[in-house]
Amino acid sequence: MSLPHLADPAGRYRTMRLIRSFEELALEWVRSGLVVGGTHPYSGQEAVAVGVCAALDPADRLTSTHRGHGHVLAKGADPGRLLAELLGRVDGLNGGRGGSMHAADFSLGILGANGIVGAGAPIAVGAAWAAQRRGEPTVVASFFGDGALNQGVLLESLNLASIWRAPVVFVCENNGYATTLPAASAVGGSACGRAAAFGIPAETVDGMDVEAVRAAAERAVRRARSGGGPSFLECLTYRFEAHHTMERRFKLAYRTAEEVASWRERDPLATGLPAAAAIDLEVAELLSRAAEFALASAEPDPATATDHLYASGLRPRSGAAL
Amino acid sequence: MTLLSYAKAMNRALADALAADPAVCVFGEDVGAGLAGLTLGLQQRFGAERVVDVPLSEQAFTSAGIGAALTGMRPVVELQIPSLLFLVFEQLANQAHKFSLMTGGQARVPLTVVVPGSGSRSGWAGQHSDHPYGLFAHVGIKTLAPATPTDAYGLLSSAIRDDDPVVLFAPAGALGVREDVTAPLVPVPLGEARIHRAGTDVTVVAVGHLVHQALAVAEELADEVSVEVLDPRTLYPLDRAALVESLHRTGRLVVADDSNRFAGFAAEVLAVAAEEGRLLAPPRRVTRPDGAVLPFALALDRALQPSAEQLRDAVRAVLK
Repeated sequence: MSLPHLADPAGRYRTMRLIRSFEELALEWVRSGLVVGGTHPYSGQEAVAVGVCAALDPADRLTSTHRGHGHVLAKGADPGRLLAELLGRVDGLNGGRGGSMHAADFSLGILGANGIVGAGAPIAVGAAWAAQRRGEPTVVASFFGDGALNQGVLLESLNLASIWRAPVVFVCENNGYATTLPAASAVGGSACGRAAAFGIPAETVDGMDVEAVRAAAERAVRRARSGGGPSFLECLTYRFEAHHTMERRFKLAYRTAEEVASWRERDPLATGLPAAAAIDLEVAELLSRAAEFALASAEPDPATATDHLYASGLRPRSGAAL
Repeated sequence: MTLLSYAKAMNRALADALAADPAVCVFGEDVGAGLAGLTLGLQQRFGAERVVDVPLSEQAFTSAGIGAALTGMRPVVELQIPSLLFLVFEQLANQAHKFSLMTGGQARVPLTVVVPGSGSRSGWAGQHSDHPYGLFAHVGIKTLAPATPTDAYGLLSSAIRDDDPVVLFAPAGALGVREDVTAPLVPVPLGEARIHRAGTDVTVVAVGHLVHQALAVAEELADEVSVEVLDPRTLYPLDRAALVESLHRTGRLVVADDSNRFAGFAAEVLAVAAEEGRLLAPPRRVTRPDGAVLPFALALDRALQPSAEQLRDAVRAVLK
């Protein structure tokens, strides 16, 4: 059973709109100082998260990245709780302990955004291996960017997944830049070439087209679920905003205005869906309720700052003078 | 009476854990063959699906252990060489250890990392001879250094059952220890020190294989001083209560710690003693030098590790 909220084109559009509007609100909240620290906006890449998650079942899992809001929302996390997490409130997905870069919802198989580039891939392989061993027919989607293509641990993970025939779908979101470094000048060979070298079927898809991504992801998920092992998708996409919210202050010039504009013309949300306007209104209302929920949530008590440090309940020694 | 070796004790702890809980599995290099001794015979008994030979990709298979742990397994990762811990420090310190807090308690990572043969193995030089338990204790990972076969069995058993990541150092210097075992082997709780020898004049806190050195020195000096030998067993979380209680009896402290001196484990023991204990004389520690790299030549390798002579001198020094 696929994820019900992504079962039809309207649902997929709705979720892409939710992600876009969520990111716009998050940007506003970072600018106004409501969100401390910052975020890595996903705007522009919505078709990847939504297209891949549309191929997943509720019991399937995913690992995400520092740019994780899209994946987390696409898998079905509550936007109010994700907003509360960005605000560091008690009703956040992680109780305000993780923030933007570590948002997780284990009840939905979201094994977490991750602050270290490439770190999710081996975790995905281990989770997939465990599921396979238990005879669960579940799949793990592992999202990462083009920057992760040059992390050794990612290459090790491709190899492990290959020899274990682990049910993993590796999803490379090639948005053209590892922060400011163009992929063209950083990636020797190619993304798909890396996967092919490990015997993993790989294909490049238009990451601005949610239906193209979904079709490719469905092939990969079917392969994984039927015991055919891992697959690799390179989704060509683009982030419309800065790498992170701090970047705006620096006014960096690594991308031309023309380049950004040309990708914005290919906005994944421009699907031509007749119901789009009505859905947009619906999403705006949903998000405004989500924002209300998040803003009403309490700040955590500083006395609980070391809660959850150990799953076993061990309490660390205080840092204060005795 | 059975004479139990340290390696056999760990092997039995693993076998018992694998037999008791289908969630337990082992990842490691050459674990099928049992090269390090820890897993001898286990792949034949439990299958290659549970005792998994992995390629030389320490970072990926350690993190795969984390992924499996996050989704219900209790993996044991064997690293043959202590310095491989440096290679997977990101995976342990920055991933495994942080998941519980960062997810607000949604996730747990019951992962055990075992290093059979930590510290110097005599003649394996700079990159195979480290004893970096202090690093793991510092970041807050539960860190164990059993000295005896029964403690190796007991602590490894508890580590596998624990819901947090644990790193267990099995010192090369203790692997040859054999023990008459008369009682059934049982789990040893994490965080509990063991007094190997009671005394009234000096507390010697000794880590791992140095427990045996400390016991020998205590016996040798028995006519001139009553030495209490305290083995923390778990380096983090440290059994501070046992240390403070021992110091209450003796008022004098020497720490024997086969790791680098600066910001090392012994420094923490001294700090706890200063903050919470009763000291009648300045404490001493016997350690490797600051930032030590063990040279190859055996005489040089030995020269940088705590010796019985240094320990004897330190015990006498705190009596003055």
